[in-house]
Order: sequence, then C-alpha cells, then structure tokens
Amino acid sequence: MRKTILLSIFSIVICCIIYSCQNAAEMEQAKYLSGGKDLYIKYCQNCHSANGEGLGELYPALTDTVFLKENKAQLACIIKNGSNKPMVINGKKYNGKMPAFKQIENIDLAKIIVYITNSFGNKQGMYKFEQVATDLEGCK
Amino acid sequence: MIKIKNTIAIATLLSLSICFYACNSDKKLPIYGQREAQITKDADGNEKVDTIYQTIPNFKFLNQDSTYLTQDAFKGKIYIADFFFTSCTTICPIMHRNLKTVYDEYKNNPDVMFLSHTIDFKYDKPSILKNYAQKLGVDTKKWQFVYGPKEEVYSLAEKSYLTVVGEDKTAPDGYMHQGWLVLIDKEKRMRGAYDGTKEEQVAKLKEDLKTLIAEEK
Repeated sequence: MRKTILLSIFSIVICCIIYSCQNAAEMEQAKYLSGGKDLYIKYCQNCHSANGEGLGELYPALTDTVFLKENKAQLACIIKNGSNKPMVINGKKYNGKMPAFKQIENIDLAKIIVYITNSFGNKQGMYKFEQVATDLEGCK
Repeated sequence: MIKIKNTIAIATLLSLSICFYACNSDKKLPIYGQREAQITKDADGNEKVDTIYQTIPNFKFLNQDSTYLTQDAFKGKIYIADFFFTSCTTICPIMHRNLKTVYDEYKNNPDVMFLSHTIDFKYDKPSILKNYAQKLGVDTKKWQFVYGPKEEVYSLAEKSYLTVVGEDKTAPDGYMHQGWLVLIDKEKRMRGAYDGTKEEQVAKLKEDLKTLIAEEK
C-alpha cells in the first residue's frame, strides 16, 4: 500500500516537472515569436509582405515549407549576408538579389527565424540563438 | 393638425434625401494643381471666363522596350503614375504590391493605364526595367516603366505630379521619394494622390477611379 502511494506521488511529481518544463519552453518560443514578428515588420515585411506571400517573381514567398525546412541551417546566413544565388521557391525561379542585414545580432536573427519558420503555414518549432553562431560558421 | 405636421416633416426629409442622393450620384473628383482664369469674348462680344487647369506637360522618356514613350500613349486614357526604383527595399515593394491589386482589377479595361518612372538614373536602364516588369508579372503595354535624365524626371515629379524625389546619401538605398500614386484624367489633369504604402488609401484610389471613369464616360 505504502509503496503504491509513494509511487503515485513520485509519478505525479515527475509529471509536474515535465509539464512545467514544457511550459517554460513554450513560453520561451512565444517570446521569440512576438519579438520576431516586430523584427520581421522592420526588416523583412516591405518585400516579403505581411502574410509572407512576397511579390511576383521579384521577392520570394516564405510559404514554401519544404524549402524552409531543407534550408533551415542557411536561413541565418541568407539574412545576415544577403543572397544572390538563384533559388526555386514554390516552383518559381528567383534570381534577384537579397540585401545583407549585417547589423542584425544573433539573438534577433534567431527571433526572426523562429517567426518565419512558425508562420505562413510553417511549423518548425524552436530555433535557439546558440544555434545561430554555429549556422553562421557553415555559410555556403 | 399633427398629421399634417408629420406629413410635412416626412416630405421634407424625403426631398432632402433625394437631394443628397442626387448630389452623390454625380459626384466628381476635385481637380488639383494651380489654375488660372482666362477671359475670352464670344462672337457677340460677351465676356466669358474659362478656367485653365494645371496639366501634365509633354514628356519623352525611354520605356522598358528602349522606345520613346510620349503622352500619345495616354491619349484618351486615365492613368496612375508613380516614382520608384528597382533596387528600392523600403516603400517601393509595398507601393507596387498595392498598385498591382489595382492593375489586376483593371487589366481588361482599355481606358486605364499605369506609368512608373524610375528615379535611379544610374542603374535602372530600360533592360533592368523590362526585367522588373516581367518579374512583377504585368503587361507593359498597359503598365509602362520609363527611364529618363535626372533633371527631367525629377522636375516632372515635383512640378507636375507634386511628388518629392531626390538622391539621399543617408537613405539605405541612396534615394528618397514619396510614395504617391497619382491619378491623372483624360485631360491630363491631376485628380487625386494616394499614399501607395497604405492599404486604406489604395482602397480610396480604387473608389475614386470608379468615380472618374463614370465621370469621363
């Protein structure tokens, strides 16, 4: 009997810990998301538009979930260093130039990436700012 | 007695609302710019006052196909003009995203055209404009893009379309300009200017365009 009670208390505690941890993670992501939205409006929205649709073949959409998933490790590089490589997004060819945003700090890059990869139909979850430094070293 | 009073009140209300309705139904857009009064005499020697409105002067610019575009292309057309440049990352993408929604609504209406002037006289040569138009996804017969010498384009912008443009070393892309979408009627008069970066102003442009088309029919 005593064993059962102890076991159940123990499992309840474990559950609580896991739950609160999850909550903390969710809260952190929510913080990144809301900060990311403001930064998106400031740096990205003019060209990529409020709903991520871009404009014709001038500015690519951010609604291509497959492209964003496959190139996730390059996103920080593209934002920070700009890009002039041709890309195929949503089946459309883009060969324009994206300007570099050298002034954006790693923490803000992480927020923007979390916002983009969790909006416009994307749902990739968290991307921590520690990851930005690693990704920036691997720029192609 | 009360009944009569009521009837009078209702009649007044009715006639007033008919008046309002009538006024609204032939609503006209204002005419902008400077104007002069010109006094002329008719055959009998009676004096008559004519109002001379400010109009867009003749121009001759290279378009996206490297051919000269003049006002002949806009004869008998209503058009919307703006000033932009292709490498602009600030207000131009928003202006053209919004203007494209107007274009999409009127692309099959032969009376309406669009005219975008580049203010980047160094880089935006006709081939660049052509490339831009293709990527924007518009028919250049209907939406023309023109390139011209700095002095001509800038003075046309400021004096005729009342839009401020200029070079600015401190601006992120090297130029500053206002994002007006300017509505020009078939007599080349300016009938409205709308901030192309604001959705509600672009909605107003669409409404006014309808009014102007009805007025000039």
